[in-house]
Amino acid sequence: MDFLSLHHLKKYFADQKAVDDISFNIKSGSIFGLLGPNGAGKTTLIRMITGIFYPDHGHIDFNGQRFNPMIDSTKIGYMPEERGLYKKMKIGEQALYLAQLKGMSKSDAMESVKKWFVKFEMESWWNKKVEDLSKGMSQKLQFVITVLHNPQLIILDEPFSGLDPVNANLIKEEIFTLAKNGATIIFSTHRMEQVEEICDHIVLVNKGKKILDGTVHQVKQDFKENIYKLGANVIAEQLMTGLFEVVKYEPNQLLLKLPEYTTTNEVLSYFINHNVKINSFNEVLPSLNDIFIKIVEDTTATRKFESIQ
Amino acid sequence: MKKIALIIKREYFIRVKKKSFLLTTIGVPLFIIGFYAIIIAISLDESGGSDKNKIAVIDEAQLFSGKIENSNPSIVYSIIKNETESNYIKKYQKAGFDAFLFIPNDSIAKTKSIYNLHSSKSMNLPLMSSIEELINEAIKKKTLIANGINPEAFQKMIHPVELENTVDTETGQKKSFADVAYGVSFACGILIYMMMLIYGTQVMRGVTEEKTNRIAEVMVSSVKPFQMMMGKIIGIGAVGLTQFAVWIFLMFLMQMAIPFIFPDLMQQINNASTTSSENISMASNIMQGLSSLHLGKILFSFLFYFLGGYLTYASIFAAIGSVVSEDQQEAQQLVFPVMMPIILGFVIMTKAVNEPNSSLAVFGSIFPLTSPIVMMGRIAYDIPNWQIVVSMLCLICSFLFFTWIAGKIYRTGILLYGKKPSWKEMIKWAVKKS
Repeated sequence: MDFLSLHHLKKYFADQKAVDDISFNIKSGSIFGLLGPNGAGKTTLIRMITGIFYPDHGHIDFNGQRFNPMIDSTKIGYMPEERGLYKKMKIGEQALYLAQLKGMSKSDAMESVKKWFVKFEMESWWNKKVEDLSKGMSQKLQFVITVLHNPQLIILDEPFSGLDPVNANLIKEEIFTLAKNGATIIFSTHRMEQVEEICDHIVLVNKGKKILDGTVHQVKQDFKENIYKLGANVIAEQLMTGLFEVVKYEPNQLLLKLPEYTTTNEVLSYFINHNVKINSFNEVLPSLNDIFIKIVEDTTATRKFESIQ
Repeated sequence: MKKIALIIKREYFIRVKKKSFLLTTIGVPLFIIGFYAIIIAISLDESGGSDKNKIAVIDEAQLFSGKIENSNPSIVYSIIKNETESNYIKKYQKAGFDAFLFIPNDSIAKTKSIYNLHSSKSMNLPLMSSIEELINEAIKKKTLIANGINPEAFQKMIHPVELENTVDTETGQKKSFADVAYGVSFACGILIYMMMLIYGTQVMRGVTEEKTNRIAEVMVSSVKPFQMMMGKIIGIGAVGLTQFAVWIFLMFLMQMAIPFIFPDLMQQINNASTTSSENISMASNIMQGLSSLHLGKILFSFLFYFLGGYLTYASIFAAIGSVVSEDQQEAQQLVFPVMMPIILGFVIMTKAVNEPNSSLAVFGSIFPLTSPIVMMGRIAYDIPNWQIVVSMLCLICSFLFFTWIAGKIYRTGILLYGKKPSWKEMIKWAVKKS
């Protein structure tokens, strides 16, 4: 079931079309990657989903019903890219305050804050101030504050920036757990290797428009170029064939590009017939990073200001 | 509503718990009162022995008839006989006198004369005038006697006149105490002016802080920007009211405590009241004046105009705070035009306390951007009720209007980083539909 559906969202600012007719669906309990170069309109899109902005056009369905920011904002946890907390406020008080603003009662908030602080080993921070924390620590705190009120929809904008591998892993595990427990997660980042690792489904936006939509697997299939890696010792004469094209030649390894009419079995039997000892043979799928660069470079990445009537 | 309450609570307690709040709220009045207490204590200190001036008097004219009626406790006179001016100049210091006064033989007959006070150091002005008065009184007495008039009978004939102003109203006659009203008006006007500036800029700084800390984005994902703005404004306003309450309480406490801390002082005042009828009439005048003012009405108007003025200006300050970033100079540029009506109000107020019914004062007390200050400058005088009602209605309307406009600017500004928007852009945000 779709937890969130965006229908033809548009948001125009004075001199640019920040979001220009974007629609997509996010399945309940999935981890969704919202990708795009800088200034593509991701933040504006997220602000519409969190109810900070109203779309100029289009609408959002939240959990099967028309999105109502007044009610549904308490079911959303949003961690903005630019982290923000009151620097001079005590950490425990601050967490309680922000949880209560999300509609929790004081006792529920207290219980939840304690649970998360224990989980992330932050109990000793209670009476400290945010300004006393290191960047990584405040990052952790920001994450905890985002999920304190058990939101059904969690929006994380670059959640791992500034975290060491140990803490990044801690939060990654937590994201998986939250998704398994039914929360829907929108994950916005530029780090494609993280997207490949974490996300089920991705959407790529650029210049306010959606240019890619699908599961990570599907997208890779769509962009694959029939390239295979062969682990074997092959001598050059054996490659003189019309069956494939050699993309890269190394002593123990070959990258082959197969034309559409060639099947993998034909290639393998060709090498077997030539008495080549094959150690490995597998398909090389493009990385999301390659796909991202390829698509974004096709369209000019930097937005130009334009006048809008 | 629950969320606004939470925000108000945070904004309020985070400020009230600060040490600086405690310092200004309790420390400042204590300091002022302590300062005055010291001044009073010093001025009442009669026994300051080392400061006593010993003055020798050579009275050739027999002006004092051998006996000086001295009322100034800081001077001790001694009449020296059988000495001349030129001889005694060399001796008075050795004899332990600070100065000596020579009264020549012909002093009573002359209409105007200069007397000479010899001293080793220059003498202070109060001392000089005290001696002058002494001589004048003595000459007056001698002259009266010489003309066959009994000085005591003469004293009874001349007594000072006092002018009282009675205001005739429909409900009856009432004394007007212009001087007391003046003092109260001026104090109220200045207090409102200061409070509006202090708490208005606090709102602005608070908003800018939230914006630059980027907490604003976290907040607006749970509360509406308008709730955020109102929560902050109300919370800080409550801090101001708390400060008033503490001040009033402290003043009350001090009034009760002074007799215990300075038992001498009360004695002094009691003594003074038996000796000098002028002092007692002044004190009772102030007391009567205060009771003739409608203190309840003044207090109510004060609270009303403080809240009305504060809410109007605080929302403007909040809007400014939301559009500037860290750069304080940007804020200064935007604040300047907002400060102008406040300062204008202050200027009109200083005129209005002198002429409460001039047309400028009436205009200033109705125009909502100056009325909180100007009306407080007039309220202690009896002014027509319709003016108060119109002024209050205008203030309420302007508060609603400015909050509405400011809310719209705030909503856009708080999430906008980078360059400061121009006035034109801000007006565009303000009139834009949501």
